[in-house]
This record gives sequence, C-alpha cells and structure tokens, in this order.
Amino acid sequence: MTNALEVADLHVTIAGSHVLQGVSIQVPVGGVTALLGRNGVGKTTTLRALLGLVPSTGAISVLDTDVRGWSTHRIVRLGVGYVPEDRDVFAGLTVAENLRLAERVDEPRYDDVYAIFPELRERTRQRAGTLSGGQQQMVSIARALLNGWPLLLVDEPSKGLAPRLVSELADVLERVATLATVLLVEQNLAVVRRLAQRVVVLDHGEVVHTGDAHELDDPDLAKRFLGVTGVR
Amino acid sequence: MNVLLALTFSGIALGAVYFLAASGLSLIYGLMDILNFAHGLFMTLGAYAAWDVASHLPVSWGAPLLFSTALVASILGGALAAGLTEVLIIRPLYGRPIGQILVTIGLDLAVVGLLLGGFGSNSLSVPVPLWLIEATHVGGLSLPNSDFVALVAGVVVLVSLELFLRKTRYGITIRAGVENRDMVSALGINVGRAFTLVFVIGGAMAGLAGLLYAVVFSGDLISPTQGDSLLIFAFIVVVIGGLGSIRGSAVAALIVGLVQDYTNFYLGSHPGMAEIGNLSVVLLLALVLEWRPRGLFGSTL
Amino acid sequence: MSPVVRRSALAVALVALFAFVPLIGLHLPWVLPSTVNVVNSTGTLEVLALCFIFAGVALGYDVIFGYTGLLSLGPVMYFATGVYVFDITLTHWNWPLLSALVATFAVSLVLAVVFGAIALRVSGIAFTMVTLAFAQAFYYLIEDNPHGLTGGDTGLALFSSRLPGFMSGAVSNTRNLYWIALGFLVVSYAVVWLVTESATGHVFVAIRENERRLEVLGIHPFRYKLAAYTLSSLVATGGGVAYILLIGTAVPSAVASVTVTLSILIMVVLGGAGTRWGAVTGAMLYVYLQQYLLKVAAEPSFATLPAVLRVPLSQPQFLLGAIFVLFVIFVPGGLAGVVTRRRLRTAARRFDLTSATPTTVPMEEL
Repeated sequence: MTNALEVADLHVTIAGSHVLQGVSIQVPVGGVTALLGRNGVGKTTTLRALLGLVPSTGAISVLDTDVRGWSTHRIVRLGVGYVPEDRDVFAGLTVAENLRLAERVDEPRYDDVYAIFPELRERTRQRAGTLSGGQQQMVSIARALLNGWPLLLVDEPSKGLAPRLVSELADVLERVATLATVLLVEQNLAVVRRLAQRVVVLDHGEVVHTGDAHELDDPDLAKRFLGVTGVR
Repeated sequence: MNVLLALTFSGIALGAVYFLAASGLSLIYGLMDILNFAHGLFMTLGAYAAWDVASHLPVSWGAPLLFSTALVASILGGALAAGLTEVLIIRPLYGRPIGQILVTIGLDLAVVGLLLGGFGSNSLSVPVPLWLIEATHVGGLSLPNSDFVALVAGVVVLVSLELFLRKTRYGITIRAGVENRDMVSALGINVGRAFTLVFVIGGAMAGLAGLLYAVVFSGDLISPTQGDSLLIFAFIVVVIGGLGSIRGSAVAALIVGLVQDYTNFYLGSHPGMAEIGNLSVVLLLALVLEWRPRGLFGSTL
Repeated sequence: MSPVVRRSALAVALVALFAFVPLIGLHLPWVLPSTVNVVNSTGTLEVLALCFIFAGVALGYDVIFGYTGLLSLGPVMYFATGVYVFDITLTHWNWPLLSALVATFAVSLVLAVVFGAIALRVSGIAFTMVTLAFAQAFYYLIEDNPHGLTGGDTGLALFSSRLPGFMSGAVSNTRNLYWIALGFLVVSYAVVWLVTESATGHVFVAIRENERRLEVLGIHPFRYKLAAYTLSSLVATGGGVAYILLIGTAVPSAVASVTVTLSILIMVVLGGAGTRWGAVTGAMLYVYLQQYLLKVAAEPSFATLPAVLRVPLSQPQFLLGAIFVLFVIFVPGGLAGVVTRRRLRTAARRFDLTSATPTTVPMEEL
C-alpha cells in the first residue's frame, strides 16, 4: 500500500447545488496531508463524502479497499478515525461515555490517549457539554485515537481555539502524525506549515493545486488559492 | 378531600399508561425523526396478543397466571410488531422522513382494517383475575387495584428505561444518536441496529400500554381502534414533554392524566360537556406551546 | 400546440365529458361502483360526485402539503366546518341559503386564521401534531353535541325549507347534486391553479424547498404559510358544503374523524404531492376504489370465498392502506412521479439532454 486514501472524480450534489465537481486526491501513507481552500469550497464535504455521510459519485478507496456505496460504519471500521468540524462531542454524555462509544477494538488504547491528554483522565465523569472548547477538542481527538487506527480525518481542529491552545494542539497533532496517516483540513497556515508534508488546494469544488507543503512559502500561491495575504 | 385524593390517584394511574404509550414515541422521534403513526397499532396489537393468549390457554391455569401470561404476551406482541415494522417498511425509506411517516399511517390503516375484518368492530373481553376488579381500602379511600398495577408498571418501566439509557452500551448509543446520528455512525457504530432497537423497546411499552389501558379504563374491553384514540393523547404528551425527552414524557404524562381526570370529574357531568376532559388536554397543549414551543424539557434525554 | 394549451384543452374536454355523464344511460358491466350497471344510475352518480368533492378537497390540501411542504393533519376540521355550519344554519336556524353559505365560509376563515396562527408557531413534526390535536378537539366538540346542535353520534340530517327544490336530497335530484359537485371541483381547480401559478404560489414552493433562504431574502414565510393554510382550509369547507348537500346527513365518524384527514393525505400522495392533476387523480381513484371494493365485498358470491381471502378483501381500509404503503416505498412521487420521470426520459432522448426541468415541480422527497 502506497496510498492510504485515493479519491478519483468525486462529485457531490447537496440540495441542488453541485458542491464537489470531480475531486481527485491521493493521500500517501504516513505524515500529514493538508486539504486547504477558502470557506465553502467543499473541504468538509469532501471528508463527509469519504465517510459516506453524504451521497457521492466517483471512486473512493480507503486503505486499499474500494468503499463505493458502503455505509459509514463499515468504512470507519476499516480503520478510519474522524475528528469532525465543531468537534461534535455528545454534549449530554460524560467524557467516559463519549470514549466508550468510540471503542471498536478489543483493547482500546486508553494509555496512549491519557498520555497525550492527561487532563481527560480527571474529567471522565464530567458531561462533555460542560467542557471548554479546547477540552471538547481533546475528547474529539481522543475518540479518533482510541482504536489505534491507521488513517485519521481531522477537520479544522484549530477553529475557535485561543492562540495558546492552537500551538498546544499543533504539538498534539505532531505526536498523532507519528501514529497514523492524517488528512488535515485546516485554515491556520502556521499550523499547516508546521505539520504538513503535502498540500491539496480546493477551489469551487475542484482541486486546483497539489504539491509539497513548502510551496506555501510562495506568497503568491497562498494569496491566489487561499485569499491570504501577508504570509510570514 | 377524599374525592380529590382518589381522583389524583386515578389521574396518576392514567398518566402512567400515557407514559408507557408516549415514551417509545418520543424515543423513536428523538433518534429517527419519525412521527410513528403505527404506535397506536402496536398498542392495539399488544392488547390483542394478550387477549389471544389469555383466552386460548387452559382455564385450569387460574386467573392470576393467565393474566401474567397475558401481560407478557402484550409486551412481546407489541415488540414483535414494532420490530417487523422497522425492518420491513421503515428501513427501505431511510433518508425519506416524510415517506417514513406516511408508511406508518398506511400500515396503521391497513392492519386496523384487517382487525376490523377479522374480529369485527365489537369489543372483546380480556379475562382478568377477580382481584384486579376489586379495590384496596387505604385510610378511608377505596383505590382500584388495577390503578396500582398501572402505576407499578409505569414506575418499573421508567426506572428500567433510565437505567438502560444510562448504563448500557446500547442505551448510551441511543442517547448519543438522539443528539447526533451522523457522529454515531462516524464512530463505526451501525446506527440502523439502534433504530430497530428503539422500535422494539417502544413497541414493547406500547403493547403493555394497550393492555393496561383496556384493563384500567375500559372495563377489560379491547377494540381494533382503541390504539388510535390512545395515540392522539400519546402525541400530545410527547409534544408537551418535549420531543425526544423521556423525563419530559413522564412529567407531561402525569400532568395530562391529572388534568384529564380532574376536568372530567368536576366539569364532565354538565350537559354537553362529556368530552371536556379530552378538550382540556388539547387546550393545555396550546397553552404549553404558546409559553414554550419546544415543550417542557426541550430536546435532550 | 403549446403544452399549456394542450393540457387546458384536455381539462375542458374531461369536464365536458363528466358533465354529460348523467345524460348517458349506457349499460356497463363490472366496472361501476353501484350494483346497477348503468352509467347514470343514482348510485354511480353519487360515487362520482363524491369523487369530485374529495378531488377538490385534495387539491386544496395539496396547496399546504404538496406545494408548501407543511404536513398538516387538520384539513378535516374545515371540511367538518363546511358540513356542520351549513347544516346547522339551514336545519336548526332556517337561514336563507346565501346567508348560510356566507356564514359557513366566514366561520371557516376565522377558524383557519386563528388556529393556523397558533399551529404555525411551531414547525416540523410539532406543527403536524398540533394540527392533529386541534382537529381531534374539534371532533370531540362535535361528538359532545353542544346545545343539541350537532346531533352527536346520531348525526344531523340536512332538512330545510329554505333549500331550493332542485338541491334537496331527493333521489331525482342526484344529477343536480352531481353537477354541483363537479362545479365545486372546477372552481377549486381554478382557484388552486391561479394561486399556485402566481408569485405567491412560487413563494409556497420556495418555503418547501428552503425556508431559511427566504428569510435571508427578507420574505416572512409565516404570512405565506398562513395564507396557504387558510386557502386549503376554505377549499375543504367548500367540499364540506357540497358533501352535506349530496349525502344529506352529517355523522362525526364520517366527516370529522382523523380517518378523513388521513384519507385526504393518502389521496394526494397516491396521485403525487405538489401537482394539481396528481391530487385530483389520486382522490378520484381512492374514492372510486373504496366504493367499488365495498360493492364487490357485498356481492353474494363473495361470501363463498375462504376467510383468508374474504376478510382482507372485504376491508377497503386494508386494501387501500396496503396499496398506499407499497406506493410510498416503490412509487415515490405517486402517479405524477411516474409520468414526470417518463416525460423527462422522453425529453432527454429527444433533445439529447441529460437533465430537463419539468413544468410543474412535484414534491421530490415523496
């Protein structure tokens, strides 16, 4: 296996609008591939389509398995962890219950999880809805890590976090990337530059650029595709 | 004073039956966004299963054993009907919420029609032990034993349902699914199984409600359309309590049972007001929605 | 000929054909819903008139359900208003016909605005349940027979000297009542056609497709939803008036119970929600089948069938419910959906298009 994930000619239509128009992405095994683009270009939809959460057409191969038409839970059980946008922890459930629901293997790696997020160990009985945004993000990532799965889809983990937390988060993701292949949707270019080896840029539902992460150092490219200026 | 206490007691018993009828509806709605019109049918089928079992077993078993068997039959009958409904006609329509509501309507009409054809529109009588028709005297009050049965059943189901939802893996999955179905499947859980499970649980409670309603409030008589009339009140309880909330259903069921019982007794004897109990419940619904459109307990379990 | 002209011509031809039916004494075995196998027999005319009445009511209901996308379970309330207010003002109070008519629609208008406004405070499933609860309360009220007005379960026969002779319930008048029912359908169709093709009608569909987008555009959906609700209620009331003229007796279980609402909903879904001809066809088929099945079940040869067949077949409610379930699962979009899909395929072949937009927009989700 050279690619953990292969997507070819992915189309998604939601409520009459053609959100993805033939997206093709290859995510090689190991390291971090970042999926970039402005708001509303279809990054989140791409992840959701990969997981079968929205209907799509095109070829999707996850961990060398053709998963076209599969239901979400079967795709996930191939070994995919998902950290959704806005964290989506179950607010009415405790931290322990949130984690318990994520257990898919006989020996869930609670030790690894608590090594990365020692704080969660003290909060197992707290309801997830009462956690801070950063703590909720920990729960969300912990759920994805618990089974030691080889592929992680992480959607804008830094969104809504204070700057100090963002750098802590980047530390965590750096450790995570040593354990699994990561497809990371992220708006924060500093985080991307630190973590990603490869970038894929989406615009208007299409891939407009694929390349090495250090190409982001070219301010022209960043401006053209991401609408970001004054990159330092 | 004694009258008021006795009324309160029977209102609570009525509330217990409403809770059994409504909590399954609320769970099904909370998890699957389905307004289940076949829920009244599950109640009716539970009652008919009980009647069928109780009237075909040898009389030598004795009334208490026959009735206990009938109780079990009502629960199993409701659960089986609901499970089949989910697998056979709800499942092909995942992703079409209005279609799902419509098939439950069609199913209800069809099977009630079949029952009317098979058993006629006349009521059938469920054999019950003598004890159930008698009353217990508590401090000058004479309380019907059947009300006690309804009350005990309501409390037992409420407690076990809460325990199930809090302590078991399936229960936690259901609570999580009520919050965010997509995320549950994104954790690798087959949410379809949870769908079938809530239907089975809801159907079991509905079946029990169907039998208890007959025993407590309609003189041990069952008819093909009894579930449909009970269903309307179950809907009202669910909306007042807040869609998807078990505790909301419990509280709303009590309120509705009491309001109906009080108004029936104090106003229902006036000419042209025989239906005041039912009308007051609808009025209550309108008031609650004006004050709190999402019901008493919002939208969490 | 443009499609609009062609379809209008077809509609006029159909109405003309049905208008002549009472004059056709054709003998037609098997297919008629009456035991007398003659096209213009009283029984057949009555069933056809009932078809027209429910076709009109279904059209009105399609405005709120099919076009606006609101699953109201309250239409029976306004149907019953038509039946009972008209009946009470004429039978008990002996009002002149015109006053009775005006009063009936006035009451319906007030009820629709008041209850519609309350029910529309909530949306989605809660709206559905609230409309159901109100309709049920209305049913209890009628059953209660307040001041002896409605007759409760016994029913209330329409009997008034103020009713013109040609409208009275005498058997010889059935063909007049048939024409009145047909007239009601034509008027309902015209009204619904005008409204759904107008700018207001387009807002209805927009509410169904994406209510939030409308709010962004600065359009208040509430007013439009109330308008759709009120229009469909008034049409149902008209149906109630035509019904009581035709049938002559109001019984709560037949004109005010939730079963009536569910039948109307089924008619619209069978035909295809969100299309006018779908609602009409669905209703006509439903009523016709229901009456026809009753006739078949009453035939002596039927009693010789084994119980396994006889019991289900003698219950139109079972057969129609089962057909409905199968339709929802296997024929999404109802009859209109089938036609639309076929038309799209033909158009795609002819113009080599991969997609084409149908002239009417049926409710996709069904």
